[in-house]
Amino acid sequence: MMLSASFTYRKVVDRGMAAVCAVCFVAAFVPLVSVLWLVISKGAAGLSWAFFTELPKPVGEEGGGIGNALLGTLYMVGLACLIGLPLGVGAGVYLAEKGEGTVGNTVRFMAEVLSGVPSIVIGIVAYALVVIPMGHFSAWAGGVALAILMIPTLARATEELVRLVPGSLREASLALGVPNWKTSLRVIIRTAMGGIVTACLLSVARAAGETAPLLFTALNNQYWNVNPGAPTASLTVAIYNYAISPYDDWHAKAWTASLVLLIVVGLLNIASRVLTRSRLKGAR
Amino acid sequence: MTPAVPAQAMTPERPAPPPPTVAQQPPLTAGTETPFKVEVQDLNVYFRANHAIRHVSLGVKPQTVLAVIGPSGCGKSTFIRALNRMHDLVPGARVEGKVFVDGKDLYARGIDPVLLRRRVGMVFQRPNPFPTMSIFENVAAGLTLNGIGGNHAEIVERCLRQAALWDEVKDRLKHAGTSLSGGQQQRLCIARALAVEPEVLLMDEPASALDPIATAKIEELIHELKEKYTIVIVTHSMQQAARVSDNTAFFYLGELIEMGQTAQIFTNPRERRTEDYVTGKFG
Repeated sequence: MMLSASFTYRKVVDRGMAAVCAVCFVAAFVPLVSVLWLVISKGAAGLSWAFFTELPKPVGEEGGGIGNALLGTLYMVGLACLIGLPLGVGAGVYLAEKGEGTVGNTVRFMAEVLSGVPSIVIGIVAYALVVIPMGHFSAWAGGVALAILMIPTLARATEELVRLVPGSLREASLALGVPNWKTSLRVIIRTAMGGIVTACLLSVARAAGETAPLLFTALNNQYWNVNPGAPTASLTVAIYNYAISPYDDWHAKAWTASLVLLIVVGLLNIASRVLTRSRLKGAR
Repeated sequence: MTPAVPAQAMTPERPAPPPPTVAQQPPLTAGTETPFKVEVQDLNVYFRANHAIRHVSLGVKPQTVLAVIGPSGCGKSTFIRALNRMHDLVPGARVEGKVFVDGKDLYARGIDPVLLRRRVGMVFQRPNPFPTMSIFENVAAGLTLNGIGGNHAEIVERCLRQAALWDEVKDRLKHAGTSLSGGQQQRLCIARALAVEPEVLLMDEPASALDPIATAKIEELIHELKEKYTIVIVTHSMQQAARVSDNTAFFYLGELIEMGQTAQIFTNPRERRTEDYVTGKFG
């Protein structure tokens, strides 16, 4: 009697919990799908070859594209990678391999605090660090701001990934007479590499989607620019400018530019999966 | 319990006088000719304040197998890991005493632990193939990582044959090392250890994670490897010690209680504690 009652009770609780989870799933899924749907439905119409390759046209003129902003985003994210990836991954490896003691703990704490700093604050810091000394807005300033944004999260992610590599692999390598540094590089980091590449691409995707750090560092530019010392357009700032404008034509362009940004970020996510697929048969 | 002892176990032992415990034997003079491939003199290992290995002295002759037995936590693994300086990287670990390989003290100043470890190979309790490497690359890892040239294909085949794994993997050398079964992975790790041509092979409970069939294969392998290598094996299983070893050392609470020919340790131990352990009264 007792047993059957508790069995029924458990079944009810089980169903109830499953229902709660399903509701949560739907609640989380609805905004995601609606964002995708809204951006695709409003932006897809504006997609054309010209949109990717042409410069923006003045208000009232038909056509024109966001080619310079797309290039600017790729360019500044590239600069950010140049600075941020080696520093972030390097710091993470240091934290994992030699990060005991005061220095390591301080660095770890700083990285944690930094990764929580709002991106607009990082934009101000880059403004003070780069824009003011240079005297003008530039792609460098934008790249530095994005790099500062990438480094702490990347360092922490890399540290966790390197720490996940079982110590038994290090022992196996050392027991073969492999020196410490080579063990770290060719066994430990090699094993964590798949995860590190994913972490890098995700931080790149995040940087590509940032607006605040670029607003007063790279500013904007109506023309093509590959000079790192000059103001540079970016997708996110272009979206911002188009969206706050009073013109319907520009609103449509903001939607299409948003779609392009989603596609860029999506491609980076797919790339991270493809790149980290094991080349070995039967790998687990 | 009187387990069957293989004929190899009857090789003449060093004519040690029977003192109360081996641990208290006077250490052999350093640098002189000894019959031992590996010789340990008054070895102590500390983990911070914990004195894990206490005044252990013993010797292993070339081309013999020494089994190290004892209850959990008695320091078997700690002892064997001291023989190729695996404690170097453990924070707070400290090793005192002398370990000679071919008469050279491993813990003397100026000894490079990296070069030493190429001569003293190790196989671990759990199979640990490198997950990013194929079967072939795993066996050749010691060569490629150390920049040792030569015909790797030939070496890999020879080591896999020595480890009795060749026939099972020869058609899938490019598959992941981790795609093999547990027993195969352990033989892969043995092949990997053999590829750098060590002279001494340390095995830390190599069969404890394996099923009886895989265990039998590893034991068979130890018999064959003995012809070329000097082997020290830590084992939980007294039957295994009896099957594979020439000599057996019994550790208890960090001390070497007794060491002798395997047959003698199991049938006629000198020490009361050894007898209690091998007859299953504790442990």
